[in-house]
Amino acid sequence: MFSSYDPVIFSRILTSLTLIFHIIFATIGVGVPVMIALAEWIGIKRNDSHYLLLARRWARGFTITVAVGVVTGTAIGLQLSLLWPKFMQVAGQSIALPLFMETFAFFFEAIFLGIYLYTWDRFKNKMTHFYLLIPVVIGSSASAFFITIVNAFMNAPQGFDIDAATGKIINVQPLVAMFNPATSTKVAHVLVSAYLTSAFVLAGIAAISILRGRKHVYYKKALKLTMVAALIFSIGTAIIGDLSGKYLAQYQPEKLAAAEWHFETTDQAPLIIGGILTEDNEVKYGLEIPLALSILAHGSPDAEVIGINDLPEDEIPPLWIHYMFDLMALIGVTLMLISLTYIIGQKVGRWNVHNKWLLRFIALGGPLAMLAIEFGWIFAEVGRQPWILRGYMKTADAATTSSHVDTMLIVFSLLYIVLGFTCVKVILKMFKNYPAEEEIASKGGKL
Amino acid sequence: MNYELLGITVLWIFLYGYLIVASVDFGAGFFSYYSEVTGNKQLIQPIIERYLSPVWEVTNVFLIFFMVGLIGFFPDTAYYYGTSLLIPGSIAVILLAIRGSYYAFSTYGAKNNRFYLFLYGASGWLIPASLSTVLIISEGGFIEIVNGDVQFQYMKLFTSPYAWTVIGLALISVLYISSMFLTYYAYKAKDHKAFEIVRKYALTWSAPTIIASLLVFFAIQNHNLEHFERMVELSWMFVISFICFIVAVYFVWKRKNLGWAFIFVMFQFAFAFFGYGASHLPYILYPYINIHEHFTNQTMAIALVTVFILGLLLLVPSLYLLMRLFLFDIKYVQGHKNPPK
Repeated sequence: MFSSYDPVIFSRILTSLTLIFHIIFATIGVGVPVMIALAEWIGIKRNDSHYLLLARRWARGFTITVAVGVVTGTAIGLQLSLLWPKFMQVAGQSIALPLFMETFAFFFEAIFLGIYLYTWDRFKNKMTHFYLLIPVVIGSSASAFFITIVNAFMNAPQGFDIDAATGKIINVQPLVAMFNPATSTKVAHVLVSAYLTSAFVLAGIAAISILRGRKHVYYKKALKLTMVAALIFSIGTAIIGDLSGKYLAQYQPEKLAAAEWHFETTDQAPLIIGGILTEDNEVKYGLEIPLALSILAHGSPDAEVIGINDLPEDEIPPLWIHYMFDLMALIGVTLMLISLTYIIGQKVGRWNVHNKWLLRFIALGGPLAMLAIEFGWIFAEVGRQPWILRGYMKTADAATTSSHVDTMLIVFSLLYIVLGFTCVKVILKMFKNYPAEEEIASKGGKL
Repeated sequence: MNYELLGITVLWIFLYGYLIVASVDFGAGFFSYYSEVTGNKQLIQPIIERYLSPVWEVTNVFLIFFMVGLIGFFPDTAYYYGTSLLIPGSIAVILLAIRGSYYAFSTYGAKNNRFYLFLYGASGWLIPASLSTVLIISEGGFIEIVNGDVQFQYMKLFTSPYAWTVIGLALISVLYISSMFLTYYAYKAKDHKAFEIVRKYALTWSAPTIIASLLVFFAIQNHNLEHFERMVELSWMFVISFICFIVAVYFVWKRKNLGWAFIFVMFQFAFAFFGYGASHLPYILYPYINIHEHFTNQTMAIALVTVFILGLLLLVPSLYLLMRLFLFDIKYVQGHKNPPK
C-alpha cells in the first residue's frame, strides 16, 4: 500500500477503525437498557400498554445491536493484545483489575439480558420481569465504567513505580491506579453522553415515524419520553463536560491547550471557536469568547491557562483536535436546545410540538449525537498523543513489530462494512415487517 | 497452593467451561445448517433454537474472561502471544464476529435466510480450530527471538503434523460434544424424531473423536518430548477420560441415562483437558513463559483473586437462575413456554 511498511501507523489505523465502529454499538448498549427500563417502568406504573410495547420493541432491536457490540468488543479486546503487546504487558501489571472486573460486569449483563428477552409474559407479577432488567442496566453501565477507567489510566497513570535500575514495574497499588484523577470526569462523561445519545437515537426513530405520517399516540408517547430523558442527560453532559475541562487544565494541560489553540500562557484567556491556523500558528476567522477559556479551565476569569508555547514541543498532540472538540461541544449544545424547545413547547401547550421542522431536527439529533460520540473519542485519543500511557510509554514504542498489520486492516475494514450493512438491513426489515400498529392490534389494543 | 498455581487453575477451569459451552453452541450452529441442507430442518431446528437463544451471549464471556485473566495473572503472555498471534488471532476474531452477529441476524431478524444460517454454522465450526492455534504455539517451536523481537514462524505451523492433529481434534470434538448434548436435550424435550437424528450424529462422531485424541497424544511425542513424558506420567487421567468416553457412548447407544451420558462426556474432556494442562506446566509458552517467573506482582495477584471470588458470588446464582429457567425448566425445554415473536 505505502512505500514503506510501518506497523505503528497500521496498528493505529486498525485500532481507530475498530473503536469507531464498536463505540456506536457500545454507546447503544449502555444507553438503551436505561431507556427500556424507563419505558417498562412507566408502562407498569401507569398501566399503559403503549409504554410496555415501546420497551418490548426497543428490546427487540437492541438484541441485534448487542450482538454486534459483543463481537466488536471481543475484537477490540483481542486487538489490544495483538496490536499493542508491549502496552498490554505493562497494563497487565498495573491496570488489570478493572479489565478483569469488566468481564464480570459483562457476564452479569449477558446472563440477565438472555433471561429478560425470553421471559416477557412468563411471570404473573409484571414487576418481576422489570426487575430482571435492573442487572442488565447495572451490568452495561458497569462495563462502561470499568473500561473507561482503563482509558482514564492511560491519560493519568498512577499507582505504580518504575524501578530505575531494571525498568520493571514495582509498588503496584491497583485501587490507586483505578481511581486516578481522570476517572471521575471521564467515566461520568462517557456514561451520561451514552444515555443522551441513546435517548436521541430512539427519539429520532419516533420523529421519523411521525414525519412519515404515522398518527398513533404510541409514537407521541415515545417522543415525549425520549425528549424528557434527552433534556436531562444533555444538561448532565454539559455540566460534566465543564468539569472535564477543569480536569484537563490541571492534569493534561497540553491536551486542553491544543484543543483550544491556546499558544501563550495568559490569565483572562479567551476561548476560540472554529477558525483556521496559519503557517506561523496564528488563528484566523475564529470566534473569540473573552475570558471563557479561563472559566472553562479554572472556573475564574482571572485564572492563568498554560499555553502550547510553554509546554514541551514533542509532547503536543496534533492541533487539528481543536475541530473535534468544537464539533463535539457544538453538537452537545444543539441537542440541548432541540430537547429544550420540545419540552417548552409541551409545557406551553399552545405550540404544536409535532410540527415538521422540530421533528426534522429531532430526527437529525440521533445521528448528530452519535457523531459527537465519535468526535469526542477522537479528541480524547488523538489528544493523548504522542503517549499511549501519558508520561511513561509512547504510542510508537507500544505497537507490535509484526508484519501483515496492513493486510489485517483491509480484512477488518471489509468485515465492518459487511457487519454494519447487514445490521442496518436486518433491523429495518424487522420493524418494517411488523409495524407498531399491527403489534398493538395483535395484543387487542385500540388503533 | 501458591498464587500462580491458583491463578492458572482458575483460568484453566474457565477455558474448560468455554470448551464445553462453546462446543455445544458452535456444533449446534453447524447441525442447524446441516439439517437445513439435508431437509431435517423442521425436526431439529426448534430444539437447537430453544436452547441456544438465551445463552449464546454467555458463551463469549468465558473466552474473554480467560484472555483478560491470562494477561492479568501473566502479563508477559500479552507480549509473546500478542506479537505472534496477529494472523491466527485476527482470523479467530473475524470468525467470532461473523458467528455472533449472523447468529443474531438469523435468529432475531431474517429468519429464513439460508445464507446467514450458512455463515453462522460454518464460522462457528471453525472457531475452535482457529483458537486451538494458541495451544499449538504454546508447545514451543514456532517462535524465534530475533534481536529481542518475537518472530512467528508461519511455515513451521503449516508444516507441523502436531498442529494439524490438534486442528483435526478441534473440528471433530465440537461436533461430538454438541451432538451428545443435543441428544440429552432432545430426550428431555420428549422430541423423539429429533432425538433419533441427533443420537445418530453423536454416535457417528464418537469414534473419530477418540482417534483424533490419540493422534494428538502421539504427535506431541515428536513435537515436544518433555511434555509427552509428563503426559505419560499422568496417563491415569487419560485412561479415566477414555473410560468416561466408553460409558457415555454406551448410554447413548442403549438410549438410557442420557443426562449421565452428557455428564460423562464432560468428565471425559475434563480429565483429558486437565491432564494435558497439568503436564503442560510450568510452561505457558514453552520455553519462554512459565508460571513461576512470569507471574504478576503479589499485590495485583491478591486483588485479582479477591475480585474473582466476589465475582463468583455474583455469577453463580445468576447462572443457576439462567439454567433453571431455560435448561431445567421442563415446560420451557418441551416448548410449552415459547419465546415471544
